This record gives sequence, structure tokens and C-alpha cells, in this order.
Amino acid sequence: MKILLYMVCSLLVMTMAYWAYTENYTTQASIQRVEELHRLVAEEKEAISILNAEWAYLNRPERLANLADLNFIKLKLVPLAAQHFSELEIIPMPPRRSLVVSSPVLVSSDRGKQFP
Amino acid sequence: MRRKPLRPLAHIIAARQDGKNPDFIEAKERSERNQLLQQKTRVRAENRLLALGLIFIIGFSAVGGKMAMLASSSANEVRQYNTGSKIINQRANIVDRNGNILATNMSTQALYAQPPLMINPKKAADDLLRIFPDLNQERVVRNFTSGKRKFVWVKKSVSPEQQQQVHDLGEPGLLFGNREIRLYPNGKLAAHILGGTRFGEEGVKAAEIVGVGGVEKYFDDMLRDPALEGKPLELSIDLTAQAATRQVLKDGMRYMNAKGASAILMDVHTGEIISLVSLPDFDPNNRPREAVSGDPSDNPLFNRAAQGLYELGSTFKIFTAATSLEKGLANPKTIIDTTPFRWNKKNYNDYRDYGLTNSVEDVIMKSSNTGTIRMALAAGSAAQKKTLKDLGFFKSLPIELVEASRSKPLIPKNWSDSSTITISYGHGISATPMHLASAYSIIANGGFKVLPTLKKQIPTNAKKEQVISTKTSEQLTSMLRRVVSENDGTATMGNVYGYQVAGKTGTADKIKPSGGYYKDKVMTTFASIFPASNPKYTLIVTLDEPEIEVLGKRKRTAGFTAVPVAAEIISRVAPILNLRPIATNDAMEYTSISSQ
Repeated sequence: MKILLYMVCSLLVMTMAYWAYTENYTTQASIQRVEELHRLVAEEKEAISILNAEWAYLNRPERLANLADLNFIKLKLVPLAAQHFSELEIIPMPPRRSLVVSSPVLVSSDRGKQFP
Repeated sequence: MRRKPLRPLAHIIAARQDGKNPDFIEAKERSERNQLLQQKTRVRAENRLLALGLIFIIGFSAVGGKMAMLASSSANEVRQYNTGSKIINQRANIVDRNGNILATNMSTQALYAQPPLMINPKKAADDLLRIFPDLNQERVVRNFTSGKRKFVWVKKSVSPEQQQQVHDLGEPGLLFGNREIRLYPNGKLAAHILGGTRFGEEGVKAAEIVGVGGVEKYFDDMLRDPALEGKPLELSIDLTAQAATRQVLKDGMRYMNAKGASAILMDVHTGEIISLVSLPDFDPNNRPREAVSGDPSDNPLFNRAAQGLYELGSTFKIFTAATSLEKGLANPKTIIDTTPFRWNKKNYNDYRDYGLTNSVEDVIMKSSNTGTIRMALAAGSAAQKKTLKDLGFFKSLPIELVEASRSKPLIPKNWSDSSTITISYGHGISATPMHLASAYSIIANGGFKVLPTLKKQIPTNAKKEQVISTKTSEQLTSMLRRVVSENDGTATMGNVYGYQVAGKTGTADKIKPSGGYYKDKVMTTFASIFPASNPKYTLIVTLDEPEIEVLGKRKRTAGFTAVPVAAEIISRVAPILNLRPIATNDAMEYTSISSQ
């Protein structure tokens, strides 16, 4: 009877030890994954901030004005003036037309790579 | 519980009959009873001991367990995650009122060298000079080859291409450290507002960015505060309006042959600065050094709009009119003597002869010095002082620019009657164009105190201090409107279709550094408010030493220089600010979309 009790107990200890080690390693793996994700988020944020800066640089009013001047023949853009304000009634209703998306559009920010 | 008797009668009688001593029975019963009591006490004591032991075991094992946990755990297992906090830019962005970026950060690399690690220091120096021709050759070679230096900064920030070229050299002694640099994508556009930054404390891995001018310095602590988690600083500036203002002012300055110019566009109700331009300006990405010699106002770093103290000339006449109206001495139709005026052996004349008398509104419209002087003397210097004090001309403005805090208006120490005379038409008192903007805003908004600010304001219903009565404010605004709308006014060129411009010109001779005034150098100002029927914005335009040829004559007055520039700014900026033109009796011309 005693031997049986000892055996059951040691078996229990082994199972518990195994469970504890597995939990430990899964936790560590999760922590590593979280760190990796944090790094990726940081990278993405950095990329976003660079892109924002670039967007602001490309959209600086000076450049847009120059582009509008260069493409005047095509676009006929002039600075906004008082004469450009109009009454709502003058604007014709738009023709009814439904939007058809014929080809798929890819919207992604992970540059095609998956998270590990 | 029923107690068992010590001498049960049945047993005693039986014992007596048998001839035994009944006391034995009593003794037996007594010993049984004592035994029982002893047993009970013992069990209770045992239980108590057990419970106490258990409590001790639990307590000790709790302490011991905690000690074991502390002893076995390694430091890095305690983790704290604060999502995103470590990735936030060191310094917060600065954005305009619509969220467009005015200042942001970019990561680059700084190049440093560790000469002891170098394989061939001489060759490394030569190669580096090929990549960076702007380096000081002598110093680089000396630093690399002397053998004394263990660490040398080579370049504060390098581009990715240059970094690759340095990597290609294959020199192990050349290393890179991360750097964040401040980037102003719009270049010179809002130079004087933003100011600029420089590197502060520098380490190998990172460097601190500190503001050196403008809002960057004023809000330095806030921009660097990690608790705000990189929340951008929202300015009151409108990027598009700022760009249009700067473009028009720049062209106007060139056209008028002026050496400097400034423009301030301010919301009359909130005091928000919509655009602020001072020319010449600079690129905050590459901020020039502070001038150590010469006239500081010739340096591009000098902010003419908020820092420069000038005699603003006839634009002050409206304040004299305000004093008279507030004191009840006159109304717009009151007739004022405008014959030449003589005081202390000095003659005061008008630019032209405007006749013997004029009404108050005509004095303002034609900008008569003599009429203004007589109004000021009638009101007295105390009243004049009070008006100017209420309008904010006695203190530096609390605007969020470090440069502005040093610009306290120059007012006469001894306010004599001759001071009252000159100040009535804007001489003998120096203030910044920003002071003028806030004073004109008070006149335009119904007489409520308003202070200029560069921070985007949240609309509030907070009660403001009223310094001029609403009636006077309305009268003054319509007097200013006549300066532009009437044919005899001094600012007829300022009439912009649909925007009911009201304003006052000012042409002041510049002060010689040696004393006295220049004969041919002026500072022209046009202080305007629009639209006059429901004022929304104040625009102050100043030109430094303008001169233009009109029909073969040299013209320097504000009416020919500052006014047309201001009119062009209004016609460009008002539509951008979504201000609908006000339909007049003239037929409105619409651009029809359907016809195109």
C-alpha cells in the first residue's frame, strides 16, 4: 500500500515538473514573440513617421504651386479667388453611376511578409 | 447535562446492607469524574497546540516560499510592457491647425571613429575626405594618426548613401550611432514661428534635441515630455494661408524694392495667429548663427513681426479717435480744426492741405496730423495713456515665441504734451507689428481684450474683458472702412472685391542710429481688418524702406506700397480661409462648373 502511494506521488511530481517546464518555455516563447512584435511595431511606426515626413515634404505648398504652374495647360489650376465661390443651386446633380471594382485591390502594410 | 450523583442512593443502601463502607463508593465516583475532566482538558490542549503549529507552518512557509521565489528568479523575468512607449519619437511633432506636419523627426546615423581599432588610419582619413569633402582635412588626419584620441566624432548626421560608402571602406574603426534629427519639411515657410533646434547632450547611441528659437524653444519642455506620448503640438497657423501670405509678401517686397517685410494675420476673436511671415527668412533645417556684429535686424533670424520695435506712424491715429469717442468728446461727424498747428516753436503740417476743417471720420480717412493732434490735446495725455495701455502697448506680448518676450514697447519716460502730440500720430512710441495686430483686433471684435497666440484655441464662452465699448468699436470700424472705400481715402488700392477691407495706413520716417530721422527711408504699414461688416481677421503688413516708381515719380507712402501688397494677400488668403465674399450691389460673377 505504501509503495503504491510513493509511486503515485513520484509520478505526480514528474507530471507536475513536466507541466511546469512546458509552461515556462511557452511563456518564454510568448515573451520573445511579444518582443519581436514590439520590434516590428517599432519598425512600422518608424516607417510611418518617415512616410509622413516624406508626404509632408512632397506636399509642401511651394512644390505644389510649382507643379500646378508646370502643368497649367493640362490642369488649368489657378489660386483660389473670391470669384470661385458659387451658389449651391448652380451646381448640377451628378449623373447616377454605380462604382464597379473589376480587379482586386491589394491593401497591405506588411510588405508581403508574415509575422513569425 | 444531568450530573451523576457522588453518592447514588441505591448503591449506598446496598453497601450498607452488605456492611461495607459507603465512603468507598463516593471516592470511586469522584476519581471517575476527575479522570473524565482530565481527558477533556488534554484533548483541548492538544487541539490548540495543533492549530498553533499549523499557523506557524503556514506563516513560515509563506515567508520561506517568497524568499525562495526571490532567490531563484532572475532580474529580467520582471517585465513591464508599455505599448509603444519606447518607440515614440524623442520629440513631439509640430502640426498646423489642420494637422499638416510643420516639424517632425527623422532617424539618421552619426559617424564616429575609434582610431585604436583602425587598421590604416591615414588611408581611412583620405577615404573619408573623398566621401565628405567638407571635412577639415588637417584635423581629421591629426585626430586619426596622433595616437592620443580614443574616440572622435566625424559627422553628426550622414545620409544612407554616405553610410553605405563608409561601410564599403571596410575600416573597423569607423562606427555609427543612431541619431534623430529634426526635419522641417516646409523649409523656410514658417521659419520664424518654428525657430529651430540643435543637438544638446550627445551620447554614442543617442543625442538630445533642444529648441533654440521660436516655438521649439518656448515649448521645449512640453515637446520633450515623455508623459504626453508624442502628442503633437497644434499651432494656430494655417499652412496654406501661411504659404500664400509668404509668397505674396515676398513678391511684393521685391516689387517695392524693400529690404524687409512682415505680415501678421490674426483672428480678431480668439487672437490665433493664422500666418506670420518675416522676410528675409532662413531655413530652420540649417539655421544660421546668431549675428554677433552689425544691426541685428538685418539678420534673417530677426523676427520683424514679433521682435522688431518700430514707430508705426499714422496707424496710431485710430487710437486717438478711439480716445475721443470713448471720452464722449466727439462722434464721427464732429468737426475738427485742421489748419497748420504750432506748438513750442514747432510747426505741424499735413501731408497735403486738407482744408480748414474736417469731420473726425475725414481726419482718419485723409490721415490728417493736425486734426489728430487737436483731438489728442483735447482728450489729454492721461486718456491717451489709458487707451494705449488698454490696447496693450505698455507691455511685451505673451505670445509663444521666445524672441517676443524681449520686445517691450519703447514709451516716453516723461509723457509731456509734446509726447502726446507726436504719439497721437504714431511717433515717439515704438511697438512691434504684433502689438498693432492685437490692438486692431480689439477695435474690430467689439472692444474685447484679445492677446495673440500661436496655439490652436478651443472655442470657449469665457467672458472677456471689454476695454472699448461696442458702439465705439463699430464707429471706428466704419471709419476705417471709409479709408479704403472712399476715393479720398489713403488706402484706396486696398479695396478687395467681396471682402470689405477696412484699415489705416502708416508711413513713418526711419530713425537714424545717430539721432534724428532719415529723409528718404521709411517704414510703411497697413493695418487692416476684414470683412468690415462682421470683422473676422486683422492683417498687418509692414515694408522696410520700400520705394516704387509711379508715373515717373518716386513713391514711398504706405498707400502705394504696403496697401497693394496687403490687398493681394487678402484676396489670396480670404478664400483659403473659407471666407465667402459678401455680395455687393455689383453683379456677382460666378464661375459655372456646368459650362466647362
